[in-house]
Amino acid sequence: MTQVQTLPTRREEAFRYTDLDALAGVWPVEREEICVVAGTEESRQVVELGEGAVARHLVIRLEKQAKLDLRILSAGPVFGRIAVDVELAEGADFTLGAAQLATGSETLEIVTEVTHLEPDATSSQTVRTVLAGHSTGTYLGRVAVARGADGTDAEQSVRAMLLERTATANARPELEIFADDVKAAHGCAVGELDAQGLFYLESRGLTPPQAKRLMLQAFIAEAFTGAPGEDALSEAALARLEAIL
Amino acid sequence: MLKIDNLQANVADKPILKGLSLEINPGEIHAIMGPNGAGKSTLGYTLGGRPGYEVTGGSVSFGGQDLFELEPHERAAAGLFLGFQYPVEIPGVSFVQFLREAANAQRKGRGEEPLSGGEFLKLAREKAGLLKMDMDMLKRPVNVGFSGGEKKRAEMVQMGILEPKLAILDETDSGLDIDALRIVGEGINTIMRAPDKAVLLITHYQRLLDYVKPDKVHVLAGGRIVKSGGPELAHQLEEEGYEAVAA
Repeated sequence: MTQVQTLPTRREEAFRYTDLDALAGVWPVEREEICVVAGTEESRQVVELGEGAVARHLVIRLEKQAKLDLRILSAGPVFGRIAVDVELAEGADFTLGAAQLATGSETLEIVTEVTHLEPDATSSQTVRTVLAGHSTGTYLGRVAVARGADGTDAEQSVRAMLLERTATANARPELEIFADDVKAAHGCAVGELDAQGLFYLESRGLTPPQAKRLMLQAFIAEAFTGAPGEDALSEAALARLEAIL
Repeated sequence: MLKIDNLQANVADKPILKGLSLEINPGEIHAIMGPNGAGKSTLGYTLGGRPGYEVTGGSVSFGGQDLFELEPHERAAAGLFLGFQYPVEIPGVSFVQFLREAANAQRKGRGEEPLSGGEFLKLAREKAGLLKMDMDMLKRPVNVGFSGGEKKRAEMVQMGILEPKLAILDETDSGLDIDALRIVGEGINTIMRAPDKAVLLITHYQRLLDYVKPDKVHVLAGGRIVKSGGPELAHQLEEEGYEAVAA
């Protein structure tokens, strides 16, 4: 496999919203190859909370009936790009739960390309992004279903919450299907905290920051539900959330 | 306890309350009845401090304080409880988690010690029992998947846990079947009927008043109180209709 050495431009779809200056500092990005062998199960966590710019590229292969549970918490204070390419063989199962939390002028992005190569594989992606200040949060997610990969079940649930109108969310779930019998669902929403919900909580005595935190905590938790190490992930996310609010 | 004087309020720049006056003393239960669009819910939300409900005139004093000086959460800490006509669903946040945090936020606002997890659960179990609500329901996300009647009962459980001085209950009787109406009515009596507490019931119908006997009944029409009386006024309204009585 060849590795791209020249810095990409924004004309490339997968880099359209990136922070090129920050990316230049960490380029080229090393490919991290992961293979889950046939019939086995694995779980992985990627937690990026460090001070510096980060770009990672996971290249994952799931063999027949293999299962991977991948969780990502990306909340570094400068730039964070996590690209995940996944290829699924027959009957494989891929779960992604990712949360991005940003403030200031940070740029965070998650870029996935999930390819169902063979029949009866399932993939489920849940991405929750919380953005304050002038930050930018991006999810670009492509699901490709190859010819003959019947019985595919692919799901994408993408939601971003803007705490201030100065923040920017980009979300683009994408499907490319060449098989006949495919179940694919995607939901995508960018919004603000529900004002009615906030008032309800405040009317019971929660201060406005408490009410916000409680609702955002629940929002982020959706990315980590059912994960091994769910509590630790949620706690780390909460600590970062407190800093953002 | 609550003194509303010539209150005027707008919603989306439209005047809804047009000079409403009302005084509620400790130990009293008042009912406000009125036709659709009279301003009943606006009164509840304005007193609760919901954004979008703009006070344009008049004053409200609650326990000697200017109510409009207080933020919604401060009103709660001061002892005001607003029972919602349509309780809001909040996915992912459990009742137990939210109510413990709310109870402790209120206690903190009053300079009291927070409740421990054990103390809180005991209190919650007791109040849920009072409303014949399964404790397991309180471990679920706030109001999510609850029927209309369950939401209203859950409102009363919250009221029991938060122990307000004044409860403003906006159509707490809507969506309740006959058994639930009795349970909610008895719940209101048990929780709120005390010499130092008061209730303002906002309702369309007489039926809740069979269980929660009001000391005073007011008819709200066109943004003001057009008639006040004793419990007999509610019966008269039920029989003759708003138009005849309020005219």
